[in-house]
This record gives sequence, structure tokens and C-alpha cells, in this order.
Amino acid sequence: MRSIRSRLVAAAPALALAALLAACGGDATTPEPAPPDADAAAAAPEQDPDAEPDEPASGFPLELEVAGRTLAIAARPERIVSLSPSTTEGLFAVGAGPQVVAVDEYSDFPAEAPTTDLSGFTPNVEAIVGYDPDLVIVSYDPGDLVASLETAGVPVLVLDAAVDLDGALAQLGTLGTVTGNVATAQDVVRSLEDRIEAAVASVPPLDVPATYVHVLDDALFTATSATFIGSVYGRFGLENAADAADPDGEAFGYPQLSAEYLVDADPDLVFLPGGDADAFAALPGLGGLRAVASDRVVELAPDVASRWGPRVVDFVERVAATVATLPEPAATTP
Amino acid sequence: MSAPVAAARPPVTVDDRDRVAPPRPRDLTLPLVALGLGAAVAAALVGLLVGPIRLPVGAVVGALVDRLPGAEVAHGLDAASTTILFEIRWPRVILGLAVGALLSGSGAAYQGVFRNPLADPYLLGVAAGAGLGATLAIVTGTASLAGGFALPAAAFVGAVLAVLATAGLSLRRGRPSGPAALILAGVAVAALLAAVQTYLLQRHADSLRAVYGWLLGRLSTVGWAEVRLVLPVLIVTAVVLVLAAGRIDVLAVGDEEATTLGVRPGPTRAAILAVASLATATAVAVSGLIGFVGLIVPHGVRLIAGTGNRRVVPLSMLFGAAFLTLADVAARTVQAPAELPIGVITAFVGAPAFLLILRSQQGRA
Repeated sequence: MRSIRSRLVAAAPALALAALLAACGGDATTPEPAPPDADAAAAAPEQDPDAEPDEPASGFPLELEVAGRTLAIAARPERIVSLSPSTTEGLFAVGAGPQVVAVDEYSDFPAEAPTTDLSGFTPNVEAIVGYDPDLVIVSYDPGDLVASLETAGVPVLVLDAAVDLDGALAQLGTLGTVTGNVATAQDVVRSLEDRIEAAVASVPPLDVPATYVHVLDDALFTATSATFIGSVYGRFGLENAADAADPDGEAFGYPQLSAEYLVDADPDLVFLPGGDADAFAALPGLGGLRAVASDRVVELAPDVASRWGPRVVDFVERVAATVATLPEPAATTP
Repeated sequence: MSAPVAAARPPVTVDDRDRVAPPRPRDLTLPLVALGLGAAVAAALVGLLVGPIRLPVGAVVGALVDRLPGAEVAHGLDAASTTILFEIRWPRVILGLAVGALLSGSGAAYQGVFRNPLADPYLLGVAAGAGLGATLAIVTGTASLAGGFALPAAAFVGAVLAVLATAGLSLRRGRPSGPAALILAGVAVAALLAAVQTYLLQRHADSLRAVYGWLLGRLSTVGWAEVRLVLPVLIVTAVVLVLAAGRIDVLAVGDEEATTLGVRPGPTRAAILAVASLATATAVAVSGLIGFVGLIVPHGVRLIAGTGNRRVVPLSMLFGAAFLTLADVAARTVQAPAELPIGVITAFVGAPAFLLILRSQQGRA
């Protein structure tokens, strides 16, 4: 894709520096020494007191096919490192929280998550191994992280960003399986499914689909219906007004929308993750949008809308509540 | 050298001592000005008429005439189209003209003062300073304060501080020590600030999109507020640079000769660079880092109008205005209704153009 390539060319010096800094990053972000009991736990993880002997060994040792890779886990992991906020939330939701020893710098939920300065974007293998993990979970493999960790004998679960709600729930199931919390995970997934169904059912189907945009910033970068977040709106039959800006997925579902196109499309709903409705309305030409006039510019919490963890269901319910405010005429007039 | 001065003194032979290109100062002629103005006006019209949303040409012209004092024309442009024309395209076209003129005029002035064809308006650290200022504003979450004007303000302050640091570092025993020291200081300052900026980005990876969006330049969401910020700077810059263009030619003959011709090299250089840097900082503050404009437009102008700065500086402003406006039209139409960063367009056109210029100058040397 030309634009990406040109962007890379333009950004090349900065990227080169970024790579350089990443290479040196280890010095700056060397982790605090591993907890004192690290060696003991590593030597005999299966004898850890937390690993209840009565809990069925849940199929450990376990071999699992995830996204084309075979993952082999010898015993129930007790020293998990999570490098993605979404998987961190998922781990705690399925009851694997006590087995987690370190999470990346952006994993700020739930509060008891052991946030460290580990980076999920420019991960440092040495720093990760310093926590003596028996399972590392990442949402993507920047460079050769997975290969390096596996060389070091650490199994790595790669959970790519979910593409829709079902995928997000399926990941919770996977997290339950690999951590030996199968039953809890099944319960959690079932209750989340029920909440999603209830939310979708609470909104009457629209005769004429209402339109929306999900605007990421004041440069009008948007998420199309091809994204994970777009799939949530799709559950309610909403139509994404930004789809035309990325018809073939070249922008990976996140095109920068032309302001004049937005004025012309004049969507019923505007969602602003981490945004400010007043600042949006003050952008040139956007003050006259229907969504602004009818007060349907919805501010969303930034992290809930950009993660695919269990809290995405809170977001589903928020969308349901917003769609419910659409007046009947907007939903029924041709 | 300005014509009256040259006439009063014996002519100075410059051909064999000037490394860039011998300035052959000639007055700005009416046809050249008309050509430049025509290009700018034509680009502006294209900018008003072309975009992702097709507006009927007749209605647009009617609506534009309708805005003239005393004229009343029934144009039939609906509300959304009126918003698009007057709230989005019109300020965007004016900003495109202004930023293009500022960057190209500054680029011409930098190239003249440094007698270096590779000089561009970002040479003294403006880009790195503005980039760091903008990055700081974005990662600290202050970018949206003051109605969104904290971001351009931070970029402007960063740019000015970077140039001041460059100027300060190039002093030797408190005195200016020539263009080479200034360029080297600029390179060092830029490298340092870029490193700090990259470190900040590392620590705030969630701000990458916002920062890179800014770094690649954007006129996509500018409005009348930005126009009001830039226009006064544009007027001052245009007046100062056009009036000072003759002195840039005088500086080109060398400091000693310039002194004998009545131009004090140090203060003159400093004043011209100060104005050009302020102009660049302002342009960057509202539009982000748009590359190559300040580099290629003056070279293009030299190809058609010769090397005298009394032609190159004003014509660069006019053709730069036209070029950037057209680049912005491309930015919003090539992938419509998606936007491309305008810096991608200028680099895409600018890099090959720059190579051509480089080759043609090697041939001449």
C-alpha cells in the first residue's frame, strides 16, 4: 500500500531511532529482580500450594492449536506474564488472577493486576525472562519475541486482537483452558453472552439502519465496521458511515475520514472513545451535524472501546442504551 | 546585491567564488509576478471546487459571488454544501496557500543565506523542536486544552526554543561564527530533540497515531481560527523577506565584499533567519511537518526565473502557495473519502523532483 510505504519513508529517521532506542531499552527498563520465591516456584511449579491437587489436572500436560501454532504446556501455569491489557483483563475474569506474576505497563485493569514496566510494544526478552514465567501471553509478536522466549523454554500464547465479539469470548475460553480454569471461564463466557443478548434484544430492530461514526481523534481517524469495535455496532444493525473511506481494508479499518465527507454523510450517532463532545462539535464544519444538534455525540471511555477483554460487554450495553434514545421517526422514516 | 548599490560601486566578480550558483540579480518582472499570482489563484479555485464531495461548479461560483459585499446571487447550494464550502474548504485553501508561501519563502531565504542548495526551513531545528513540543502536548494529554490550541502553541514554542538553542550553541565567545557553525549546531539540536521525542513515544505508544498524524502534516481539520493565527505572520514575513531579498544576493558575494557594499553580514543574516524561522514555526504549528515544500519550490523557481533572490523569494512564496494547495487537493481526493497525510503527497512528489534538481546541478558544476 502506497500510503503506508510513503509514511514509512517519511518516518524512517524516527523509526530508525525508535529501533535504536528499543535496542537500548533494556538498560533503561531492566526489571526489578524477580520475587524471592521465583526460583523455588520455577523449580517445582506443580508443587506450588496454590495449585490445588484436587482440581482435576485439567488436561495438563496440554497441547493446543492456537492460530496455527502448537502450544505445549507441561503443567498448570503458576507464573504467567501477560503483555496485553485485553488478555490481562481476561485472565482475571476467568479466575487466573492469582497465577499472574507480571503484566505490561498498559495493563491497568483490574486494580490488583501486577502492573510492571514491561512493554508489550517493544518487549525485552531478558526483562520478561527475569520474572521466570511458565507462560507468556502476548497479543502480537513484535519481531522475534515468541521465538526467543521459546528458545528460552517459555511457552508463549499469542492471542491476536479479536475481530468480533465471538472472537473475544472465544479468547476467554482459551485463557481458561491454558490456565486450568476451564469451568470458571465457561461460566463467565455464558454470563457475558447472556448480557450481550439481553442488550441487543433491548433495542427494537430499526427499519432503516441508523448510521454512526466511531471517531478516534480530532484528525478524524475512524474505525470502520471491519474492525472489532465496528462488529459491536453491527450487532445493533447500525451502519458505519466511514466504511466508504476504507473499502478494501488498506487502512486496516482505521481510515482518516475527510471532514467534508462526514458533513455530507451526517450520521445519526457519533461515538468518541476518550473524546470530548464539545471539542468535536467545535471542529470546522462539524457543529451543524445532526448528531451534534440532537445531542447524540457519545463520549466513551478510551480503554473500554479499544480492548477486547470482558469489559467490552459494558461497552455493548452502553451502545444499546444510546441506540435506544434514537427517536422513532429516525428509525422508521425512509 | 541591490541594483542601486551595485550601480554606485565597481562591479564585483562573483562567478568564480560562489559555490552554489552565481546570483545574477534581476528585478522581478511583471510577467513573472502575474504567472505566480495566476498559479496561486488557479490552485485556490481548484481547491474550492474539488474534493471528496462533488459540489456543483455553478452553485459554488454563485455562492462565492454571493459573499461579495453588495452582490446577491441565488446559488441554490444546500446547507451541508454551504458548510463544506465555507467552513471546511475555504479555510483549508487559505491555510494551504499561507503555509505553502511561508515554507517556500523561508526555504528560499535559508538557501540564499546559507548559500547551500540543501538548506530547507527545518535546518535549524524548527521541525525537531516543533515535533517535540507537539509530542509533549499529545502524550501529556494537554493537546486538547484551550480549544485545541495548546497543540499548535506547544509546537510553536518548541520550534522557537530549538532555533534559539541552535543560535546560542553556534556562538563563539558570544559572537556569531558563521553559517557552517550554525548548520552544525542545528543538526546537533535536531538530533538531540528527535531522540527525546522518540523516547517519549516509546513510553507512550498509545499516542503513536496522534503524534505521527501530526508529524506527517495535516490541513485536514483546520478552520478559520488557524487562518486568523497565520495571516498576520504571512503578511509580516512576505513584506520582510521580499524587501530583504536583495540583501541575500549581496551576502552571497562573501562577507568582506558585502561589508564594502554597505551590508553588515552578521546582523543581516540573523534578522533574515529569525523572520524565516518564525514563519516556519508558525506554519508548522498549524499544519504539522510538511516536508520538501521549502526545499523543492525555490529550486523549481530558479529553473524558470534564474537565481537572483529578488525573484526567487517572492516567486517561491507564490508558487509554494499554489503547490501546497494542489498537494492538499490530492491529499483529500486520492483516496476519498479517506484523507492521506499531506506530507506523504509532498514527499512523494518532492523526493523525485529533488533528485532531478540535484542531478541538473551536478551537471552544471
